[in-house]
Amino acid sequence: MSDPRLPEFIPWLPFYTLFQKEVRRFLRVASQTLVTPVITAALYLFIFGATLGTRISVLEGFSYAQFVIPGLILMGVINNSFSNAASSLFMSRYLGNIVDLLVTPLTPAQFIMAYTLAAMLRGLSVGVVVWLISLFFATLPWAHPLLVVAMAVLASFLFAQFGIITAIYANSFDSLAMYTNFILLPLIYLGGVFYPISILPPAWAGLSHLNPLFYLIDGFRHALLGQGDLSFTTAFAVSILMALALFAWAAILIGRSYRLRT
Amino acid sequence: MTTPALAILDLNKQYDGQPAVKGISFSITPGEIFGLLGPNGAGKSTTINMIAGVTRIGGGHIEVFGYDNRRDYRTTRRLVGVMHQEVVIDNFFTIDQTLKFHAGYYGVRVDPVWRQRLIERLGLGPHLHKVMIKLSGGLKRRFMIAKAMLHKPKLLILDEPTAGVDVELRHTLWEFVREINREGTTILLTTHYLEEAEQMCDRIAIMHHGELIALEATGALVERLGTRGVIVHLREPASSLPAELLAWGAQLDGGGSTVRLTLPPPQTTGDLLDLLGRLEMPVADLETKRAGLEEVFLQITKDAPANGGEPG
Repeated sequence: MSDPRLPEFIPWLPFYTLFQKEVRRFLRVASQTLVTPVITAALYLFIFGATLGTRISVLEGFSYAQFVIPGLILMGVINNSFSNAASSLFMSRYLGNIVDLLVTPLTPAQFIMAYTLAAMLRGLSVGVVVWLISLFFATLPWAHPLLVVAMAVLASFLFAQFGIITAIYANSFDSLAMYTNFILLPLIYLGGVFYPISILPPAWAGLSHLNPLFYLIDGFRHALLGQGDLSFTTAFAVSILMALALFAWAAILIGRSYRLRT
Repeated sequence: MTTPALAILDLNKQYDGQPAVKGISFSITPGEIFGLLGPNGAGKSTTINMIAGVTRIGGGHIEVFGYDNRRDYRTTRRLVGVMHQEVVIDNFFTIDQTLKFHAGYYGVRVDPVWRQRLIERLGLGPHLHKVMIKLSGGLKRRFMIAKAMLHKPKLLILDEPTAGVDVELRHTLWEFVREINREGTTILLTTHYLEEAEQMCDRIAIMHHGELIALEATGALVERLGTRGVIVHLREPASSLPAELLAWGAQLDGGGSTVRLTLPPPQTTGDLLDLLGRLEMPVADLETKRAGLEEVFLQITKDAPANGGEPG
């Protein structure tokens, strides 16, 4: 509904402005948000690509560096998509400047998509830079390039939703760190970044199938190397179902302004 | 009939079962400066937050220029500008960047002329490229006012805009508020400086314990409920006061040559002079002092029962 007393309303502008602000926010502290994760990934690449990796072989036909690079790229994507959404939204809640958004005509859909896309952009940017650095250590066959992009986009989307959900439920910086340290990191490290699930004893391998990260990492690696523990269809289907479930959860929370409006 | 700038009907809000706002109703006419007063915890900020969309409405209705603020929230939020009581800033950005963002959130392109006027009138020019964390408390308040007005709201809500700011900014702010009000912006303000409210507001509502206990034109409220203090200097000292004067609460002072009393409504200064004449107490001089909104406010919030009373 429009009102003749008001200046001309541009319906997409609230979304674009929030997206732009979120991107500028992480660019403004690029040393924390972009450079640090890239250095961390580069160190992993050095350790597993140039040193230990030369003595390890876990997947026939591929060096350990080639095996681990997809996992490290996706780890960068996941960590940074999650952190961007979680820290930005939580800080806004914690400092109270979330009211600057609550009083505006932003719709819940615009709100969630602006936070999501900014988080995805940061996560995917880190992923691309990690991939570029990885070229110094090994090249990958890019077996299914479109599926590589699809899995990376899906992973960044999924963890942007998880970041939004976490930011809403977290009550303090401590609890925010708990989500990262006690949920996200174990899932990543036990999800097959550094080893194929197939080399685990059967009980641990079975347990790993309950880890949602396993499907994302395996699917991404499968798309890059042409081999994985699971069929690509299974990995993609489970990942997309998880993404939809988390999106629905985040959308319900934002739609109801849960813990945003008093 | 003119559509009210703001119409509130039977508005309720509870926090954890505790009522914060208890079925209040009032409306604000376009072009009015309306004061919402009350002691801390009276429910003013909760009411304002429900109007602005920060707090969910517990019950009842809010309409802004005829639009329902839940159903037509995208329109009502564009019609309203709100300056919150708490200083709300984003430390990552400069004033200039934040103002651009704020216009964008409202879906409007910044009007450069209006923006420049806000910056000049609020003295933000030299600080435009400073990040928020480096601004003084007063500058943060000025910025918050500019932010609330940038999208040209038709109803401007100022929640304690002068709390903790210096005299100069208070004057600048009120002068500017009057100016934009003359240009057609309706104002809803809360303040603890009751003298300011008395000078600024056309009408005043007083909230207490979540209820509206008074609502009328500022002058009429002070006139109706305000008392008048009187000091009478007698030509000849008196040794004691007659019973008629004692009944009005008079006290003898200054060695018997001064009588002090507060005129109980509806008595007037003329009634007092008549009484003194009848008592054969010749008057040398007389000073009067009308009680302001502050006294009225203290009086009615003291009188109001904790579980509320009928709105005035």
